[in-house]
Amino acid sequence: MYHRLSLIAQALAVGLAAIGIALAPGYLEIFTLMQVTLFAAMAVLSLSLAFIWGYGGILSFGQTAFFGLGGYTYAIAAINFQDSTYGILLAIFIPGLFAAILGYFVFYGRISDVYLGVITLTVTLILFNVINSTSGDEYHIGTAMLGGFNGIPAVPTFNMPFDPASPLSPEASWWTTGSMLLIVYLGLRLLLASPFGRVVVAVRENEVRASLLGYDPRMIRLITFIIGGAVAGLAGALYVNWGAFVGPTIFSLSLSAEIIIWITIGGLGTLLGPVLGCFLIQYIVASIGSQQTFNSNLVLGAVLIIFVLLLPKGLVPTIRDLALWLLAAKPGTGRSVKAELNAASGNPHPVGAP
Amino acid sequence: MAELTPLLKTEHLTMRFGGVVANDDISFTLQEMELRCLIGPNGAGKSTFFKSLTGQQTPTSGTIAFRGQPIAGKLPHEIARMGIGIKTQVPNVFNGLSVRENIWLAARRKATPNGLPKLVASVLDLIRLTSESERIVATLSHGQRQWVEIGMVLAAEPDLILLDEPAAGMTDEETLRTADIIRDINQSRAIVVVEHDMAFIRLIAKTVTVFHQGRVLIEDTVDKVLADQRVRDVYLGKKVAA
Amino acid sequence: MDIYLILLLDVINGMASLFLLSLGLAIIFGMMKIINLAHGEFIMLGAYATVISTNAGVNIWIAMLLIAPLFVGLVGLLIERCLIRFLYGRLVDSMLATWGLSLLIIGIVTTIFGNTIQGVPTPLGGFSIGNYRSSYYTLFLLAMALVMIAIVYGVMRHTRLGLIARATMQNPAMANTLGINPARVYMGTFAAGAAVTGLAGGLLAPVSGITPVMGGAYVAKAFITVVGGGAAMLSGTLSASTLFGSLNQIGAYFTTPVYGEVIVFTAAIILIRLLPQGISGRFLKGNL
Repeated sequence: MYHRLSLIAQALAVGLAAIGIALAPGYLEIFTLMQVTLFAAMAVLSLSLAFIWGYGGILSFGQTAFFGLGGYTYAIAAINFQDSTYGILLAIFIPGLFAAILGYFVFYGRISDVYLGVITLTVTLILFNVINSTSGDEYHIGTAMLGGFNGIPAVPTFNMPFDPASPLSPEASWWTTGSMLLIVYLGLRLLLASPFGRVVVAVRENEVRASLLGYDPRMIRLITFIIGGAVAGLAGALYVNWGAFVGPTIFSLSLSAEIIIWITIGGLGTLLGPVLGCFLIQYIVASIGSQQTFNSNLVLGAVLIIFVLLLPKGLVPTIRDLALWLLAAKPGTGRSVKAELNAASGNPHPVGAP
Repeated sequence: MAELTPLLKTEHLTMRFGGVVANDDISFTLQEMELRCLIGPNGAGKSTFFKSLTGQQTPTSGTIAFRGQPIAGKLPHEIARMGIGIKTQVPNVFNGLSVRENIWLAARRKATPNGLPKLVASVLDLIRLTSESERIVATLSHGQRQWVEIGMVLAAEPDLILLDEPAAGMTDEETLRTADIIRDINQSRAIVVVEHDMAFIRLIAKTVTVFHQGRVLIEDTVDKVLADQRVRDVYLGKKVAA
Repeated sequence: MDIYLILLLDVINGMASLFLLSLGLAIIFGMMKIINLAHGEFIMLGAYATVISTNAGVNIWIAMLLIAPLFVGLVGLLIERCLIRFLYGRLVDSMLATWGLSLLIIGIVTTIFGNTIQGVPTPLGGFSIGNYRSSYYTLFLLAMALVMIAIVYGVMRHTRLGLIARATMQNPAMANTLGINPARVYMGTFAAGAAVTGLAGGLLAPVSGITPVMGGAYVAKAFITVVGGGAAMLSGTLSASTLFGSLNQIGAYFTTPVYGEVIVFTAAIILIRLLPQGISGRFLKGNL
C-alpha cells in the first residue's frame, strides 16, 4: 500500500519536474533561463560525484578531470565534425574510457582512501598543466586549435541530432540540458534500485564481506567509477554548449572543491540533495557576484565549515529525519513512513559515515 | 575412500608475520560432507588458518587444494565463487543495509531469479528474523547480527562452510539451535567449526582437530581428544611437548 | 660545465623549497592523521605576515624568521581550538572542513588586502658562475632546510616534549594512562605544524608573487610529497622532496617548467601505486 503510494508520489514528482522543464521558458527571462541552464549542467556534474562518492564510497578530488575532458572532447569533436551529435556521444565515451584506464590502475592496485584522493587530484593537475601549455599553432586536433591558456572560443553549440544546419535556440538548449539532468537522475535512481546498485552499496558498506560472498570489489568500484566519469563527461559537454567556450580552468581544483561542497550541503548518500545543493550554492555565488566586501570564497568556506560541524548529514537527510521525527509522534505510522521517506528522497539505504 | 579427492587439503601450510609463526606446517584434510571441529586456546592460529583458506591472506608457504584445485594466493571473491563460505569471528555484515538486503546479497550469486525470493524467505525463517527483515542491521543486537551473518553464509549455498565461533555471545537456547542448524546443513555440505565451548563441541562434533601454537597437536574423535592429557594441559596453560 | 653547476643549484633549491613547504603538513599528518587542506593558506598567511611587517619597517629577517611563524602558529592554535579538535578520527570530515577553512581564509585575505600581487625584494644578492647568475638566497634556503631537519630531529629525539609527542603518536590511549593529555599534544602539534608552515611562507615570500590564492599552487605539491613520503614525518618528507624536487628541476631543464611539473605528478602517481604506504612505509620503517 505504502509502496504503491510512494511510487505514485515519485512518478508525480518526476512528471511535475518534466512539466516544469517544459514550461520554464514561458515564465523566465532569457538571462535567467541561461543561468538555470548552467545550473542544470553543473547539477549533472554534481550527480556524477554524488553517485560514486555517496553510493560507491569513492571520494574523488578530481571529478573535474572527467568534466574537463568531456568539455574538451565535445569542443574538438564539434569543431571537426561541425555536428554536435558525435560530440556529445564522444564526450560521454572518452571520459568513460579515461575513467576505465585510471580506475583500473587505482582499484586493481588496491589504492584507497586518501591515496585515491591524491591520485585523482594529481591527474586533474596534470591535465590542467598539459592543456595550459598547448598554445601555439602546432597544437591542434584536426581543425580544432587547443589554444593553451586561452582555451577554445566559438565552439559550435548543440544542433538538432544529425542536422548541423539547425542549431538549438536558448529555449531548446534549456530543454535539452534540463531533460538530460532529469534523465541522468532517473537513470541513476533505477541503477541504484537494480541488483548492481545494491552490490555497489554493499561494497561501500563492507568490502571484505562483499568479497567473501564472491563479489569482486575492484570490478564493482571500477564500473561505478566509469559511470561517474561518463556522467561527468556529459556534464562537460552541456557546460561547453552553454558557454560556447572551453578553457583549461575547467580542470580547476576550486571547481572540484565546489562539487564536494554541493554534495556535503545537499546530503551525501542521496541524489536529490546534491542537485539541490548545486542549485543553491550556484545561486548564492551568482548573487554575490564579484563584489569585494562579501567575497564568495568567504561565504562558501564558512558554509562548508558550518555544515561539516553542525549538519554533517546535509540538508535533504536532515529534513527527512526531521519529518520522520514529526510523523513518528503519531503512534503507529512511524516505521512504515520511514521506509517511504527513505525511498521518496532518493535514498534507498541510509548512509553512515562516507 | 582413499582414492577420492578430499574436499579440502592443506600441505605444509605456513604463515609468518614478521618473526611470529602463526601457522606452522599445517597438513589438514577434510572429506566431502565432513563436519570437523577446530579447537585450541587463543592464539593457536585457528583464525589465521581460516584467513588463508578464504584468501584474506596469502600463506607464506605450503599449498591449499579445494577439490584438488590449488587456491592459496587466490583472491577472496574467487575462492568464494568456488564454493567456500565463512562466518568470521567478529560479526562481519553490511551494517547500513536491512536484514533482507544482507541475505539477498548473499543469495543472489547462486540462486536462479525464480528461486531467489523463496531462498531469502527460507533463510530469514531459519534464522528467525522474518519479522525483523526490514530493520537496518546496525540496529540489531550482537546476537542477532551473528544470526544475520550465519544466514548470509547459508544463503550463499557454499559447499564448504567455515564457522568461526558461531555460538559466541548467544544464549543457551540459541546455542542449541545453532547446533541443530549445523547438524542439519551437514546433511548436504561440509563444515569446519572453530569453537571454545566444549559443551557445544560435544553436541555437534565427530572428529576434532586441536591447534596449539600454530601446529596441529592432535586429531581424533571427540571423546579421545577431550580425554587427552595434552589437550587438557593446553587449555590449562601448561607447557606441552607436542 | 657551468650550466651543470647551475642545474645542481636549481635541483638543490627545488628540493629545499619542497621540503620546507611540506614539513608542516607532514608534522600534522604524521602525528594526527589529519590532512590540512588549508595548508596552502597557512603558507600564504606566512608570506603576507612577512610582506606587511617588512612594509611597516620591520627588518626582513625578523619578519620572515620570527613574525611569520609566530603569527601563523597562533592562527593554527586558534583554528585547532575552534575547528580541528571536533574532527579527530574523522579523516574525510577534517579534509572537508579544512577545505572550507582554506576558502574562508582566502576570502578574508581578499576582502582585507584585495586581489593584488604583493612582494618583498630578495635579500642577499647574487653571484656568478661563468655566464650564469644565481642568488645567495638559494643557498640560504638550503641552509634553512638543514636547520629545520636538525631542529625537528633534535626536538623529537632528545627532548621530553618530543618523547611525549612520539608516545602519543604511537598509542594515544596508552599515553593517556601515563598521565599525558592527548588533546594538549594535538593542540601543540597543530600549532607547531602551522608555525613551521608559516616559516616556509615567510621564506618563500621574497621569491614568489604573493596573492590571496597563492596557496593553491603549493597545497597539491605538499600533499603529494607528504603522501608519497609516508607516515615518517622527517625521513619520509625528506626522501619524497628529494625525489620530487630533483625530478621537477631536471625535468624542467630538459623540457619546460610545465612539463617538469607534469613529470613530478606522474612520478607521484606511479610511486603511490607501487608503494601505497609511501617511501617511508616501505624502506624507512620505524624512522622519525
